[in-house]
Amino acid sequence: MTRRLPPVSATDKVAGPADAPVTLIEYGDYECPYCGEAYPVLKAVQEAMGARLRFVFRNFPLTEMHAHALRAAQFAEAAAASGVFWAAHDMLYEHQDALDVASLTSYGAQLGIERRVLQAAFQGQYDAIIQQDFVGGARAGVNGTPCLFINGVRYDGPRDRQSLIEVLDRAAAAAAIDVPA
Amino acid sequence: MHMADPHDASTHALLQPGQAAPDFTLPATPDQKLSLSDLRGAPVILAFYPADWSPVCGDQMGLYNEMLPEFHRSGAQLVGISTDGVWCHAAFAETRKLHFPLLADFEPKGEVARRYDAYRAQDGVAERALFVIDAEGVIRWSYLSPLGLNPGADGILDALDALVPTPKTPTSNTPTSNTYGAQA
Repeated sequence: MTRRLPPVSATDKVAGPADAPVTLIEYGDYECPYCGEAYPVLKAVQEAMGARLRFVFRNFPLTEMHAHALRAAQFAEAAAASGVFWAAHDMLYEHQDALDVASLTSYGAQLGIERRVLQAAFQGQYDAIIQQDFVGGARAGVNGTPCLFINGVRYDGPRDRQSLIEVLDRAAAAAAIDVPA
Repeated sequence: MHMADPHDASTHALLQPGQAAPDFTLPATPDQKLSLSDLRGAPVILAFYPADWSPVCGDQMGLYNEMLPEFHRSGAQLVGISTDGVWCHAAFAETRKLHFPLLADFEPKGEVARRYDAYRAQDGVAERALFVIDAEGVIRWSYLSPLGLNPGADGILDALDALVPTPKTPTSNTPTSNTYGAQA
């Protein structure tokens, strides 16, 4: 089921060291309430894991279900092109109730994203990246949002802070054993 | 959310790849019917599911709704089937903005699901079962999912990929080489 999870690449949004023993990939939608619930938990997990965790966020906007999901993903891509992806990511999840174009434009100004960059994003400049994330995820078995993969394997277990830290700890320990001496 | 369910370990087998897909005619809207044979000539994805409004079904049908462009790239048509009635389907499809037909296997209840061995008699609903049928009406892939788990779209996409002939490379065993003709 996870045989074709796309490897981490240059278009990915990555936080944490490339040589971290554990890579956690989230497929998410900025308007999805369950992703919104997971957001502070994943933040706390990142903090607890420190340099042992590489966190990757990929777009999985459910655009028919969530009217603002595509715009928000376009906004995040404009932010990535401007070097402020994670600040934008946080802003979106902290304002899930205000993701209309006017709000996004105001967030863009706060983050210093150039207007023309944001306009180009809204006109579809980064839609290929968003689509690539979506299709790659669907082919790898993403069946809803948020969908988590730990070192390439889909994780369907509980998503509370303690459970996640435990499973990530185990994955880190297993990865340490696998590394050739 | 997946609930522990003693019925989840379904033991019966769905209709299997290689079998002809049984034809059927079911209501798609209060005044329209759809037959499987109407769709002949292109691949068809049949997605049986237990109920319109249960959370997992919503996620599954919502996901497939988003996947429609991918399915259409393979020329495939998606059809959802449950034992819900046409008005229930209409309300569900409108609320979720679904852009594919939901068929009502309502009267006689579950008859089509039974023909595909995809009926849960103990609950009176269709299983969460997927079929990919080729352009000639032959089942090429089937999958029975645990009732409470969204099976995603990866299996469907793999099955559709397998239907499409892979582009020939200069070294491939094309029929013109005749090398493999005797085994064909």
